[in-house]
Amino acid sequence: MKMKKLLSMILVAAMSLSILTGCGGNDGDGSTTGTGTNDGSTTDAGSDDGSTSDAGSTSNAGGASGSWKIGGIGPTTGGASVYGIAVQNGIQIAVDEINAAGGINGVQIEYKFEDDEHNEEKGVNAYNALKDWGMDILIGNVTSAPCVAVAAETANDNMFQLTPSASSPDCAKNDNVFQVCFSDPNQGIGSAQYIGGNALASKIAVIYNSSDVYSSGIYERFKSEAANQSFEIVAETSFTDDSNSDFTVQLQQAKDAGAELVFLPIYAKEAALILTQADAMDYHPLFFGCDGLDGVLAIEGFDTSLAEGVVLLTPFVADAEDEKTQAFVSTYVERYGETPNQFAADAYDAVYVIKAAIENSGATSEDSVSDICDKLSAAMTQIKIDGLTGSDMTWAATGEVSKDPRAMVIENGVYTEFH
Amino acid sequence: MEDAKKKKMTAYTKQTMITYGMVIAVYIICEICMHTGKMSNQMKGLLVPLCYYAIMAVSLNLTVGILGELSLGHAGFSCIGVFVGAVFSICMKDVITVSYLRFFFAILLGALAAGVIGFLIGIPVLRLRGDYLAIVTLAFCEIIKNVVNIIYLGKDSNGLHFSTKDMMSLGMEEGAIEIVKGPQGISGMPSDANFTIGVLLLLITLFVVLNLTHSRDGRAIMAIRDNLIAAESVGINITKYKLMAFSISAALAGAAGVLYAHNISIVKAATNNFGYNMSILILVFVVLGGIGNIRGSIIAAVILTLVPEMLRGLQQYRLLIYSVVLIGMMLLNWSPKAIEWKAGMIAKLKKGRNKKQTEKQAD
Repeated sequence: MKMKKLLSMILVAAMSLSILTGCGGNDGDGSTTGTGTNDGSTTDAGSDDGSTSDAGSTSNAGGASGSWKIGGIGPTTGGASVYGIAVQNGIQIAVDEINAAGGINGVQIEYKFEDDEHNEEKGVNAYNALKDWGMDILIGNVTSAPCVAVAAETANDNMFQLTPSASSPDCAKNDNVFQVCFSDPNQGIGSAQYIGGNALASKIAVIYNSSDVYSSGIYERFKSEAANQSFEIVAETSFTDDSNSDFTVQLQQAKDAGAELVFLPIYAKEAALILTQADAMDYHPLFFGCDGLDGVLAIEGFDTSLAEGVVLLTPFVADAEDEKTQAFVSTYVERYGETPNQFAADAYDAVYVIKAAIENSGATSEDSVSDICDKLSAAMTQIKIDGLTGSDMTWAATGEVSKDPRAMVIENGVYTEFH
Repeated sequence: MEDAKKKKMTAYTKQTMITYGMVIAVYIICEICMHTGKMSNQMKGLLVPLCYYAIMAVSLNLTVGILGELSLGHAGFSCIGVFVGAVFSICMKDVITVSYLRFFFAILLGALAAGVIGFLIGIPVLRLRGDYLAIVTLAFCEIIKNVVNIIYLGKDSNGLHFSTKDMMSLGMEEGAIEIVKGPQGISGMPSDANFTIGVLLLLITLFVVLNLTHSRDGRAIMAIRDNLIAAESVGINITKYKLMAFSISAALAGAAGVLYAHNISIVKAATNNFGYNMSILILVFVVLGGIGNIRGSIIAAVILTLVPEMLRGLQQYRLLIYSVVLIGMMLLNWSPKAIEWKAGMIAKLKKGRNKKQTEKQAD
């Protein structure tokens, strides 16, 4: 009994110690806490002079001009890590380019990326860890649900947040959050208008993933916009993450209903299966997708000839001819050994958006997080960016981006502009 | 005889007091750290999660350790707590403006709902034993997750709207509140949870579980665990006690779920949260902390929640290290050699102390 007690005492000690180290961790890096309330505080890079948490000082250590601390959050482990790693790399390339060219207004960028495992709770943890690091501006999250959770926290702290790829409208509900990618409703409306406007088909079937925010978000708006268009939705079928290997039932239903076009607001992995199974049952409608289909040609074991003629609305394709895209793609391939997807491009643009917003607003890295947020939020509605994922991108105060979707068709194994 | 009884009582009281004291001590340390500004944001953000994971682990220990039935569906009950508590809070946001009061009712309601569901599920499930029971609880957890994922619930001036199809079929007016959005989860909860409430809830959980364990009912439950036939033969009502332990465990998990929901602004029922993976995670806390050892559950929950967060500096390698830590802890706690070694060390220590004591007495 006694020994049990001893053991438990040791464990308690270990536990308190681990908590204390958690407390003490803040001392070491000297970054300020209470970003929202402590107005005079700086989040300077010259952190070697110990703690500044109680000081109202705005001076920088060592006379350096400070730096912009940009944090990123996304899944770098787990099922969604493809997207998180792409964003991490995309930001890195942009940050390195800007730093090499002298930084933003002569101030260098420091960049740190944290993992959220595509989990809301871990997203908030990652955000808190970045706050301890002294983050000024957040690029994240990569996926929608963690983004919503973190957006609630950034609203409390009044931290500027720009998400490269979280497309749910809930993400940008607060004034301090902006999106680089299209929001789901806009993609749904855009797709419906594109199909209707170009009279691609009159009978349409939809196959969507009801357990996915992205997919069901697009589907809902597509359906409501379809009422205003000349076509008719003849079949709506769904699947979930747990039943995403056999689509013959859904395809048969679409075929029986005589659909000429199948709308696929889903990700490339399932789309590849759908294309294969449709071919096996000799059903060849026009397949139409959104940016989630980007990457369908890179799916392992997929016969890319089946993707011939697939049309997708996407802001970015790696095969585009313009100089900017080619430079980005070649850098990315050189550094990371694979072709970048749309997420990487969104992330790359996000950094340049922040750069433009800072330059426009005149915010400095000495400003408090809250001031930076107010200045940048105001500047966001005034800037206009030509990026990889669209030219003349502008933002509304709601946080949604406005840019032209581009329709691409897969021809001879490459993406080409659809006419 | 009298003395022996007294001594036994104090030993038990001591053990209980250590458990409570441990929680309170950590609470006080954390509060001091927080008020002196010595605590990092990361740690502050982790305090409430530590509480609900500890509560989930303690409540699961009631089923696994005290009742002796392997349940793989514990997260399902938390899931019910999450949704019932969150829906209540969102609906009552404008009616009850005192956050403590609203949160109190939310916890009560969430725990009650989870307890009732636990009771209902327990009726068929507890007729099974061992592996079969584990699989059926797993299935019920998945059922709860999938049911929650088809619920669409909204509120406008006409009242609540409900559908199992999609958001549009609710047919709500402009400006309505979308409460539950099927697989997209529930969002918009007021952030009522804080560390103090979390610790209070943990203490209540401990109080319930520890007192139950040491009560007449608790001894009956443990008798069922140790030998079902013997327990039945002395007239213990097996169904009643099994259901009691199971539904109390479910209710406490539901309360933890409510705490979870009010600490974060969006909750989705997916495999990782409130699905199979989370059930296993909680079971890992219980097994590592020691089956039947309530204090161990808390410690394991705290350590295993902190480790991956504290290792953030190691980037992608942290999950690798986390699993190595897990295997290491498991070996240290459960391998016969390690137990033997530990027992040897303890005996040695004891010997040393005894020697000292005898020397003292000799003096």
